[in-house]
Amino acid sequence: MAINWFKYSAPSTFYGLAGKLIPWFALPAAVLFVIGLYIGFFVAPTDAVQGEAYRIIFIHVPASILSMFLYLIMAGYAALGLIFNTRLSSMMATAIAPTGALFAFISLWTGALWGKPMWGAWWVWDARLTSELILLFLYFGFISLHASIDDPRRADRAAALLAVVGSVNVPIIYFSVKWWNTLHQGSTIKFTGTSMHVAMQQAMFITLVACWLYAIAVALTRVRSIILERERHTKWVADLAEVKA
Amino acid sequence: MNWAEFFYMGGRGVYVWGAYGVTFLVFAIEIALVRHKRRITLQQVRELREAGE
Repeated sequence: MAINWFKYSAPSTFYGLAGKLIPWFALPAAVLFVIGLYIGFFVAPTDAVQGEAYRIIFIHVPASILSMFLYLIMAGYAALGLIFNTRLSSMMATAIAPTGALFAFISLWTGALWGKPMWGAWWVWDARLTSELILLFLYFGFISLHASIDDPRRADRAAALLAVVGSVNVPIIYFSVKWWNTLHQGSTIKFTGTSMHVAMQQAMFITLVACWLYAIAVALTRVRSIILERERHTKWVADLAEVKA
Repeated sequence: MNWAEFFYMGGRGVYVWGAYGVTFLVFAIEIALVRHKRRITLQQVRELREAGE
């Protein structure tokens, strides 16, 4: 069976496809948040060391994972746009950036609210926290650099360069708890397994999937607006049912 | 476990609910923004189409 993958790299075809896909990500995201948090708050036991405050983990860890992965995906799309000059990849990078920044913010915010009762401080200049803050600033840099250049293709290229160079920060965040002696605790889930209670693992895994689905639904909605904006002078946009209405 | 105990969160209620409250508030704001952006963009494209005709 021959599938023409390039068909969907055209903004005109992807616009329709994205529109059909959005509900399939948005609805399961909402359902999984409810299930995940139900398990996290009503099934998972109280932590032996951290008491009830540990329950912040069910949003803190997924948000942190998303903030890093979304950055790499954004940089990947930006690089594709830079190398192959594909318009849609650059539009995807632009659509992902605000959601990535939002997850980086949630990671820092929930971390501060977790740090205060556990460490006695909202913030410390620890390697993990500092590199995550830099990640948030990289997202801001990408967004504002892109917004500051009028010609969208030039904006794509300049912002792509920043995204690609900045991606070196992601492994620094990930390995910071190993490389340096940080106040931030080490990874709970390691490649070699985990010491976590099974209900805690389930809750965290389910909220992680929910965050992914949420991020995809929001990014697809945003990219559709970006496609319309950038292709507004084309015939296919003028012929769309929602434009004619 | 009763509800008062649930919201008290072993004395950590402010931190736990502060974390989840802001997270879902931020999600709600982002959803409102992308939907607003969609409406505005469609409106602009429609106006452009009408002007071109």
